[in-house]
This record gives sequence, structure tokens and C-alpha cells, in this order.
Amino acid sequence: MSNDALLVLDKVCKSFGPVQVIEDVTVEVYAGKVSVLLGENGAGKSTLIKMIAGVHEPDAGQILFKGQPVRIRDTKTSEALGIATIHQELNLVPSMTIAENITLGRVPRKFGIINRREMRKIARDALAKLELDLDVNTPVGELGLAQQQLVEIAKALSLDARVLILDEPTAALTTTEIEHLFRVVNQLKTQGVGMVFISHHLDEIAAIGDYVNVLRDGKFIATVPADTDENELVRLMVGRDIDAQFPRVATDVSGQPLLTVEHLSEGALKDISLQIRPGEVVALAGLMGAGRTELIRAIAGADKYASGTVKVSGKKLTSYDVAAATRAGIGHVPEDRKTQGLVLDASVAENIGYATMAATAKNGLVDRKGQKARAQKVAERLRIRMGSIDAPIRSLSGGNQQKAVFGRWFTAGAKVLLLDEPTRGVDVGAKVEIYELINEITASGGCVLMASSELPEVLGMSDRILVMSQGRIAGELSTKEATQDAIMALAISNVHREEEMGIK
Amino acid sequence: MSSVATAPKKGFDFKAFLANNGALVGLVILCLALFIATPRFLTGPNLLNIGIQVSTIAVMAFGMTFVIVAAGIDLSVGSVAALSAMGSSYAVTTSGLPDALAIPVGLAIGALSGWVTGAMSAYGKLPTFIASLAMLTVVRGLTLVISDGRPISTASSVSWLGDDLGPIPMPIIILVVSGLLAAFVLNRTVMGKNSFAVGGNTEAARLSGIPVKRVLVTVFVISGLFAALSGMILAGRLDSAQPTLASGYELDAIAAVVIGGASLSGGVGRISGTLIGALVLAVIRNGLNLLSVSAFWQQVVIGAVIAIAVGFDVLRRKNVKH
Repeated sequence: MSNDALLVLDKVCKSFGPVQVIEDVTVEVYAGKVSVLLGENGAGKSTLIKMIAGVHEPDAGQILFKGQPVRIRDTKTSEALGIATIHQELNLVPSMTIAENITLGRVPRKFGIINRREMRKIARDALAKLELDLDVNTPVGELGLAQQQLVEIAKALSLDARVLILDEPTAALTTTEIEHLFRVVNQLKTQGVGMVFISHHLDEIAAIGDYVNVLRDGKFIATVPADTDENELVRLMVGRDIDAQFPRVATDVSGQPLLTVEHLSEGALKDISLQIRPGEVVALAGLMGAGRTELIRAIAGADKYASGTVKVSGKKLTSYDVAAATRAGIGHVPEDRKTQGLVLDASVAENIGYATMAATAKNGLVDRKGQKARAQKVAERLRIRMGSIDAPIRSLSGGNQQKAVFGRWFTAGAKVLLLDEPTRGVDVGAKVEIYELINEITASGGCVLMASSELPEVLGMSDRILVMSQGRIAGELSTKEATQDAIMALAISNVHREEEMGIK
Repeated sequence: MSSVATAPKKGFDFKAFLANNGALVGLVILCLALFIATPRFLTGPNLLNIGIQVSTIAVMAFGMTFVIVAAGIDLSVGSVAALSAMGSSYAVTTSGLPDALAIPVGLAIGALSGWVTGAMSAYGKLPTFIASLAMLTVVRGLTLVISDGRPISTASSVSWLGDDLGPIPMPIIILVVSGLLAAFVLNRTVMGKNSFAVGGNTEAARLSGIPVKRVLVTVFVISGLFAALSGMILAGRLDSAQPTLASGYELDAIAAVVIGGASLSGGVGRISGTLIGALVLAVIRNGLNLLSVSAFWQQVVIGAVIAIAVGFDVLRRKNVKH
């Protein structure tokens, strides 16, 4: 059946030094079909993509394009074959217009001068293929992330891409935006574009995929139809059964509130009040831009707030002072671990130790032995998989990096954990481990405030749900009686009519 | 899976050593080549001469290492060195302060200049490049103002910094002591480790409760202190404080830090690397002098060496991170 395949990776292998990252993996891409690449972080998906994109060449095995063996030496070769990769980090110049971005590097010219009319035409044609109604003179920076992504796809198509690789395209999109993206993907299918789709969201696979290639630890495991049962997919991916995707163990909620926020207001946040008691996990749900991240950051001392108070165990915190919040027992796991959570050049031990380094120092000298011992201990407890405690944190997989950020606050003895999208970009196995950490915190008398865009996670891991809308808390639901619909109804409840029009 | 650990090899891993110590290997090759090329290279007086030559740049570069590790840059060090040398001597010879206070006054001037640069960038939100560029001009101007554009003779305690202690020149002793001190502060103190975190990822450092602004100001104060020390060594050797003293030295100091393996984007740097970087520059200058290469061509060679050294480093890093 590989005769009519557009692109075949045939038994490819790749090692980096002594580490074999890809071993005998075969992947086929067909015109008009979506092939889903499924695997945990570190399973070898990105290396595989890089082979197709011309960043790495396979050590063994071969790549066939339309049946012919090809060597994809660099990204230029890949592009010339009609292969385009849409990375999570988009390759667009924010200050340039849509038209300029789409024609970047191949600007149409007339007598040596840029032919702007032709440029806009190319861009409009490209957008039309996706049925996108955007003004090509808009600077890309003014578009939302979802629209930028579509512009990037349009750019790839205007380069005559026949194979499109979508690397976690839905990670940062809202439900409506995902629906739009899927409409575009389906349209591309009818145009005969072959696609490789990567996602951590199992529910998207059946919706968009045709078949699934499962990878585990660099090895090819199976190719199964896209409508395979989710639990079966997880089992193939992880190599063992996972008992529960959301293992929340509710603890007795008792005593005085651990975290109290009263009438907090600042910019996008309007008069927020909430209380969380020991043992409680409270989820913050809402649409993107509802103010969840802003609220978490204000409580953590990362941003200023104009009025209101934050108290931990009844003691008032000074605004905009992370160190004070840390001393009071607040731990903040920020939205984006790479840009806000970790110092990527530093070691695992150092990253875990940042919150305790000053507190444990004697005469300004770092307690090196103690810091290392504490990091080692917490790494074992959280089962952080790493080369060694001195390995650079960038060598860890996403889930293990995230656990290291948790480890930082565990070592610091944080009682109030503020989690902002705690499992974003984390694979299924590590996700469950992070959920178990949440259980551990509440079992030991701590509490958790968790902002999450994933409704299954909100419903599965919290005791109580606060739904935010336009900077306010629109309502509260107990998790037992909450449904996705009830949450969504609250999330859009305050949206003014004219603003709703504006969104569309 | 990245968690697959490579078993730590027993014994000496020569390849890893080469990859991590490119500048040191370069320095050794350079010395060997000069040893073969000219008999005058490996002689006691010449080596002492290199030691003295390297001391001013190296001491200045030690301070610069802190700033670069914290992802900043300090262009003002040459001017700060001059003002400190001038101010310390002026305080004694013209204002009549006791001689013993000359060095403390010089250091205070350095610290204060550094504080101003640091505060401008930490609290005034100026990029460190701009804040220190402004200070480069301001401080040089102040040096010209107090000296009226004329050299003044140094205080005797400052002159002492350029003398010999027994057979060993004082600049070399200061170089060693200040190098050890800088390495200790950078690697062992909370302040030093904080500068790595701030330079590596400012936002992550801030969200971990590290006082980012204070760290930024402190690295500039440290840079100012080392620049002041360097300026006074230079003035001590010359027995006079020139208003144009150490002008352009900031570029050598930055080059030394970068050749030594520090990253201008912050978070990476070693004092030992910086010392090696400064030695590479000094040995090349010395060798080219011994080989009677014209001073004009020397500039061309030094520039090329900086580009090659950093180019190799970029390649090495690229290979490490796949």
C-alpha cells in the first residue's frame, strides 16, 4: 500500500551520541489523509518531524517521496519537495503585514521594485484557499494566535506545499478556534494535501485524524485507525494501563481559610474575592483573556494590583512582592515553564533550589550541599526522570521539567499552590503524576488554585470551580454538579453583546 | 527519551575536555607556537611582563563577568577606571586627604559609578548597553573636569599597587587575589548564583522570589569596584593618573569574558574562563611585539582572534544542544 504514499519514512534510525532516539520507525503520509503522530514527550516525535523538515538526517533507513528515495539534507530541500512544517513557535514577522509575511523571501518584483499589488494578490489567493476573510494589509502582530497560525498555513500552501506537518497546532487555541482549524484541515484534505498531525489531546484524534502512528521511547509501536478507543491509545502510548486519567482524591476540607482574596482589582481584574481552605483544590475556568492568569499572577506577587488584599493564613501580603508571597507559603507554577518557570541553562538542582537558596544561606554563602541534597530528595519523591541532578534542565522532557517547578515549591514548603495551566504540553503519563502531586499537597493540608483551559481537567481534578468572565468571577460551581455546558454558560455570561459581535 | 543517562565515564574524557576548554587549549597552542617561534617568549622577565600586562584587563574583566552573566553589558569600565585613578590621587594630592584613604576613595568612586549605571537600568528600565554607554561619556567627562585635562601624580599608596612585592610585581598578586575572590563570590554566594538565574531567565528568577533589580544593581557595583581597582593598578604602574587612562579597555574586557566562554545572552560564564580570555589577548599582543609585528596589524589580528574564538564557541554549543 506504500505505492501511493506521498511520503514514507522507511525504517529510519537516529542517535545523538550514545542515545538512540529513533529506532526503525516507519511512517507513511498519504495525499488527502491526516496521519496522527502519537507519543509521550520524548518518544521521538519531534526528531521524526525534524527528519522530514531537513534538520536531521536519518542514520539508517530511507525517506521516499512519491516512491523515489530522497535525501533531505536541509530545510531548503524539504521546502523544494513541498513539505511545510507549522511549528508551535510560529515563523512570522509580527511587524510585517499578512501579505508581506506570505511572500517573505520571494517578494514579487517589477523593474526591481516590490510589486505590492501582485504581493497582495498572492496573499489574497492564499487566504482564499482557506476561506479566510482577513485584510492582507493587517500587521501579523495584531492578529490572535489562531489567526497567525492560519496565516502560516496559508503561507505554506502558497509555496505549493503537498505535505503539511502540524506540530501541536491546537495547544494554545480555544474550542472555537480549534473547530475553525479543523474545518481548514478538512478542506485541505479535499485538495489532496497530506498531513501529519501532532497533539496531546486524545479527543481531537478521532475528530481530525484518519489513522494513528504510535511511538514509544523512539520505537514504532503500532498503526491504528483514528477512531480507536482513547484508553487503548493511552495504553499503546504509555505501555501500561493508566487507572484513571484524573485520580483526584478529595480530602477533608476544614479549618480557617488558607488563602483569602478580598476585592482585588487591577486593570482586567474586577473586584475578585475568594477563599480557599486547607485540603481544597479550586479550579479557575473561563475563556482565554477572562483574567485567570492575571489573577494568579497578582496573588503570587508577580504583578501589581491597584486595590484589595491577599491574605495567607489571615496574614496580609504586600502587593507586587514575590519574595514576601514565597515566605508566606505561596508557590507559583507559571503558565509557560520555558519562559517563566525555568532557567534552561542551569541544572535541575539549581532550578529546584531557587526559592530556598537565600533562605538557607549562611552569611550570604549558598548552602551547596544542603541545596543539592534537598533537590535530590524532592526529585526522587516526584520521580523526576533525568540524567543526574546536575544535568541541565533543558535535557529533561516537558513533563519532568514541569515536575521540577513543582519540586521548587515542595522544597520551599509552599502551602498554597497557584497553578497556571499545570499540564500544558505535558504527556499523559506525566499528567497523571502531576495530578498525584496535587493530591499530595491537599492531603498534607495545603491548598491549590488551578487555572486551566482544559475542561476535563477542571472537572476531573477540582473540588470547586470558579468561572471567570471578563475579569470577574461569574459564578461558582461545585465539581459534582458541574458540567462542561454549565461552565461554558457562566464563562460567556458577562460578555456584552457588542463585544461578542466583535469577536466574530 | 532525554532521561536516558549516559553513564559517567571513569577516567579522562579528552573530547569533552577539549569541548569545554576551547580557550585554554587555544592558549596552550598559542604559547607553544610562540615558544618555537622566538626564544625570547619563555623567559622569566617576559612572563612577568605578560602577567603585568594581563592584570589590568583581567581584573576589569572579572567584574565584567558578573554583568555579562546577568545578561548585561558594562561599557563604562574604562572610564570608571580612569575616574577612580584620578579621584583617588586627586583626593590625596589636591584635597589633602590622608594617603591611606586613596584606595578606599578610588573603590568608592567605582562602586558609586556602578551603582548609578545599575540603578539606571534596573529602576530606570534603560537597556544596560545604553545606561553604561551614557556613563562611559559622563564618567570620562568628569575625569577631564577634575584633572582639567592634565595628568596628576598618584598618591603613594596607589603607586604601591604598581610596585613589586619581593620578586613578584603587585599587579600579579592583586590579579590572583581578586580572581579568587571573584570566583568565590560568583560561585559560592547567593548573590553570585542569583546573577546566573537573572541572566539565564529574568522572569523565572523573579517568579522564584529572587530580587532581580537588586541583583542587577549589585553586579554593576561589583563591576565598578573591579574597574576602579584595575584603574588604580594602571595608575600605580605609570606613577601618574592620566585623564585618558584605560580608554577603550572596556572592549578588551568584554572580549576577554566572551573568549572565556561566557554568553552575551546571559546565564553562562566563569572567572577562570575570563582569566584565560584575558591571557589569550595578552599573549597574542606580547607575541606579536616579540615578532616585531606592527601595532597596526596587531589590531587586525586581535579582532580576527575574537571572531574565531567566539565562532568556535557558537559551533560547540550548537553541537551540544541537538
